[in-house]
Amino acid sequence: MTVTALGTARVRRPSVRLRRLEDERWLALALLSPTAVLLGLFIAYPFAEGVLLSLSSAKVGDPGVFVGLKNFAKLADDNIFWTAVWNTFWYTGVTTVFKLGLGLWLAMLLNRHFRGKALVRAFILLPFIIPTVLSTFAWKWMFDPTFSVINWSLFHLGFIKARINWLGDPTLAMTSIMIVNIWRGVPFFAISLLAGLQTISPELNEAAAIDGARPWARFWYVTWPLLLPVTMVVMLFSVIQTFADFQLVYVMTGGGPANATHLFATYAYQIGIVSGLLSEGAAVSLAMFPFLFIIVVVQLLYIRRVETR
Amino acid sequence: MIEGALWRRWVFYNIPLALFVFVLLFPFYWMIITSFRPDGELYRPWNAVNYMPFWTNHPTLEHFRYLFEETDFGRWMVNTMFIAATSTLISLFCGVLAGYALARLNFPWAGSLGTLIFITYLVPQTLLFIPLAEIIRDFRLGDSPWSLILTYPTFLIPFCTWLMMGYFKAIPKELEECARIDGASRWKAMLYIVIPVAVPGILSSGIIAFTLSWNEFIYALVFLSSPQEKTVAVGVTSELIRGDVFFWGSLMAGALLGSVPVAIVYSFFVEHYVSGLTGSVKG
Amino acid sequence: MAEVTLRKLNKRFDGFHAVKDVDLDIRDREFVVLVGPSGCGKTTTLRMIAGLEAVSDGEIRIDDSVVNEVPPMDRDIAMVFQNYALYPHMSVAANMAFGLKMRKFERSEIDQRIRRAAGILGIESLLDRKPRQLSGGQRQRVALGRAIVRDPKVFLFDEPLSNLDAKLRVQMRVELKKLHERLAVTSVYVTHDQVEAMTLGDRVVVMKDGVVQQVGEPLTLYNNPANRFVAGFIGSPAMNFADVTLRESNGRMAAEADGLRIELPPELAARARAHTGAKAILGIRPENIHVATAGDAPEHCFDAGIEVVEQLGSEILLDTRVGPALFVASIEPTLQVRPHDKLRLALRPERLHLFDAQSEQAI
Repeated sequence: MTVTALGTARVRRPSVRLRRLEDERWLALALLSPTAVLLGLFIAYPFAEGVLLSLSSAKVGDPGVFVGLKNFAKLADDNIFWTAVWNTFWYTGVTTVFKLGLGLWLAMLLNRHFRGKALVRAFILLPFIIPTVLSTFAWKWMFDPTFSVINWSLFHLGFIKARINWLGDPTLAMTSIMIVNIWRGVPFFAISLLAGLQTISPELNEAAAIDGARPWARFWYVTWPLLLPVTMVVMLFSVIQTFADFQLVYVMTGGGPANATHLFATYAYQIGIVSGLLSEGAAVSLAMFPFLFIIVVVQLLYIRRVETR
Repeated sequence: MIEGALWRRWVFYNIPLALFVFVLLFPFYWMIITSFRPDGELYRPWNAVNYMPFWTNHPTLEHFRYLFEETDFGRWMVNTMFIAATSTLISLFCGVLAGYALARLNFPWAGSLGTLIFITYLVPQTLLFIPLAEIIRDFRLGDSPWSLILTYPTFLIPFCTWLMMGYFKAIPKELEECARIDGASRWKAMLYIVIPVAVPGILSSGIIAFTLSWNEFIYALVFLSSPQEKTVAVGVTSELIRGDVFFWGSLMAGALLGSVPVAIVYSFFVEHYVSGLTGSVKG
Repeated sequence: MAEVTLRKLNKRFDGFHAVKDVDLDIRDREFVVLVGPSGCGKTTTLRMIAGLEAVSDGEIRIDDSVVNEVPPMDRDIAMVFQNYALYPHMSVAANMAFGLKMRKFERSEIDQRIRRAAGILGIESLLDRKPRQLSGGQRQRVALGRAIVRDPKVFLFDEPLSNLDAKLRVQMRVELKKLHERLAVTSVYVTHDQVEAMTLGDRVVVMKDGVVQQVGEPLTLYNNPANRFVAGFIGSPAMNFADVTLRESNGRMAAEADGLRIELPPELAARARAHTGAKAILGIRPENIHVATAGDAPEHCFDAGIEVVEQLGSEILLDTRVGPALFVASIEPTLQVRPHDKLRLALRPERLHLFDAQSEQAI
C-alpha cells in the first residue's frame, strides 16, 4: 500500500464542552444526572417527607403540627396494627416457603428436553406477567362463596360436604390470599431457578451418579449448593415484594373480614387514604421500613457469605 | 440427563408438570369463560343442579358491550398504554446511561452509587405512596397521567440500571477501547458501539419495565381520581364494583382485555423477557 | 511515520507498581516487540502508548509532542486487540470504515481505502459479512484491515495471534512480517511468546515485573542475554542452568559443581577471573550440547544420566541429570538411547554463559 498523505489533517477538534466528556468523571456525572434527579425527587424527597409526615398530625386538608412520636405510640396500642404486622410476617414466611418448594420442583421438571418445552415455559410465566389486580379478580370470582368453581370441584370430587366460605372466615381468607400469592410467585421462582439449574454442568450430576450418589443425594450435595446463590437472590426479591404487598389483599378482602387480613400496606392505605389520616398512615408504612431493612441486610449478608464461600 | 423407565417418566415428570400447567393456567380459562357467559348462567349457585362450570352454551358479547358503552374502558386502555410506554421510555433512557456509567467508567464513589441504586431497587412502592401523594399534589400533578409517568421511573430506573449494568459488563471492554483509538470520543464510542451491541439488553429491560408499569396499582389508585383518567386496573376495580355488587361478567371481560396488550408484548419477546428476568436475579 | 519515545514511564494501580521507569526509543518504521511473562507490564505499557491507561509518571512522546494528556482518539494510532474487538453489529466493511467516518473522511476516500486494504489482506469477498460469520483467521485479518485503512502513525498490537490455533498462528506471523515490510509503519507489538518476538521484531524488549530487562535485536538477546531471566526466557527449549562455583587451577578458570567441571574459554575466563571463588550460574542452551566424540576436549565433556527421551523426529530432546543439575540436550534424531542409559556429552565452550549468583547479571 502506498503511503497516502491524508494523515491527521482531517481530525476535527470538538468543542470544549464535548472535550470535557472525555474525562470519565464528567461523563459519569452527565450520564447519571437524569437518574439522580428523578430518584432524588421521587424517592429521597418523599422518604424525608414521609418521616416528617409521620411525626406530625397532618390530615387531608390540614397540614397539622409536629407531634413527635405520638403516631407511633398510638400504633403500639393498636390491635389491628399488630394483627397486620403478624399477618405480614406469616404471609411472607408461608408463601416464600411454598413458592421456593414448588418453584424448585417446577424448575426441575422443566430442566430436561421434551417437546414443546419453550411453549410450556412461555405459558407458565403468564401468572407473573398478567397484571396482578386483574388475575386476582379471577381468583376472587373463583373463591366467591356462592358461585365458587373450587367448591363445586371439591364437592364433586368428594372432598367436602358443605360449602367453604373462602373469604368470609379470617383464617380461610388469609389462606386464600396466600394461595393466590403462591400461584403468582411460583413461575418467577421456577424460571429463575431453571436458569440457575441450566448453569450447572450435567457432567457434575453424572459424575456424582457414577460415584454412586442416588438422586436425592445428587440433589442435596451437588445441585442445591450450586443453586444456592441464585436461590438467595430470588428469595430476596420475592420476600421484599411479598412483605410490601398491597394489590392482592386489596382486591381479595380489602383487609376484611373485620380487619383480620390487613398487611402493612393495606392498613396504611386504610388509615392514610381512606380515612384521610395522612400522618398516621405514613407512620404505618414507615413502620415497615425497619423490618424490611433488617430482612434485606440479613439476606444480603447471607448472600455475600454464600457467594464468597 | 439420567432417566429411567417410561412409567417413571410419567409419574415423576409428565403428570406433575401437567398439573402445574393446569393450575397455573386455569384462572385464565376461568376469566375467559366467565366473560362470555350470559348473566343467567353466571349467577347460578355452585350447588345448583344445572351448574355447568367449564363450558357455556350461549356465549355472549354482552359484557364486552357493557364495558365499552357504559364505562370508560377504552380510555383506560389508552391511558394505561400511554403511561406504560412513556414511563418505560424515560426509564430506559435514564437506566441505559446510568448503567453504562456504573458498569464502565471509573469515578469516585462508583461503587457506593451502584449500591445506592441497588437499594432503591429494593424500595417497595407501598413504603412511599402517602408522602408521594402529598408531593404529587404540591407539584399540581394530581389526577394527571404525568403523576404516574414521573413516579413509575422510581422503580423502573433502578431495575433498568441494574439489568443494563449486567449487560454492559458482558460486552468486551476492548470494543470501545478500539473505537476510541479509531477516533471516537467516549461519548461516541458509547453511542455507536456499546449501546447498539447492548440492544438485546435494552429490549429485555424495556419489556419488563413495560409489564411492571402496566401492573402497577397503588400509585394509580391513589394519584388518579376522575373516571376518565384511570388506568385499566384501577378503573376496573372502582367502576365495575358498586358497593357490594360485582359486575363479574364485565369485570372478567375487562381483566381479559386489560391483560391482552401485556400478553402480546410478552409473546413477541418471550426470550428477551426471560433473559432479562433471569439476568436481574444474577446480580 | 513516527517515532515513539518513552521516558521514565511509570504506572501504579492501587498499591501495585505495574510499570517501572521504562525508557524506550522506538525509531521510525521500526517493529518493536515487548515480550515477557504475564503480569510483566508489557500490555500496560502498550495501553499507555494507546492512551487507554493514564500515565502515572514519566512521558510518552509521539514524534516531538508529548501525548500524556491526549485522548486516544487524537493520537492517530491503530491497535489490534487479542480478541480482535470487531464491532459485532457492523459488517466487515463498516468495521473498517468506522475509524475513517469518525475522522470525517469522504465516502469515496473511505471506499477506496477499504478496497485497497481488503486487497492487501485478501478479504475482498468478506466485506459484507458480519464478524460472527467469520473464522478466527478471517477475524484476525479484518482486525488488521481496520488498522491498515486508518494509515496511522503507529500500529499497536496486543497479543494479536494468541487466539489462533498453532498452525494459523505461524501463517499469520509470516503475513504480519510481510505486511510490515510492505507498509513500513512504526509498530509496537506485545506478546508472551518469545518465538513471535524473535521472528517479528526488529528489536525486542524483554520485560519482567514492570522493569525492562534488555532491549536489543533478536540475535543479540539470544547470543548475549544481559541476565539470567532473559537467557531463560529467550530460546526454546529453554537454556539449561546449573549452580556452580568459579575456581582457578593452573591458571585456568573453571566452573565446578558436584560431578561437573567445565573449563571456561579464554574470553569468558577473563571476565570470570574477578569472581574467582564466588558462586555463579552456568548457562548452556540445549542445542549447544552434543554427544561427546573424540574431537571434543575432555575439559568440556561431562557424564549424564538419561531420565526422559523425547523423540521429536527432527531431533531428540534428552532430559538428563548432570551432577545436581538437570540438563536438556538436543541431539541427533538417529541416536539410539533409552532412559537410565549413561551418556557422555560435550558442550560448545564458546556458547557458555555465566551469571552472577546474586544479581543474576551476565558475567
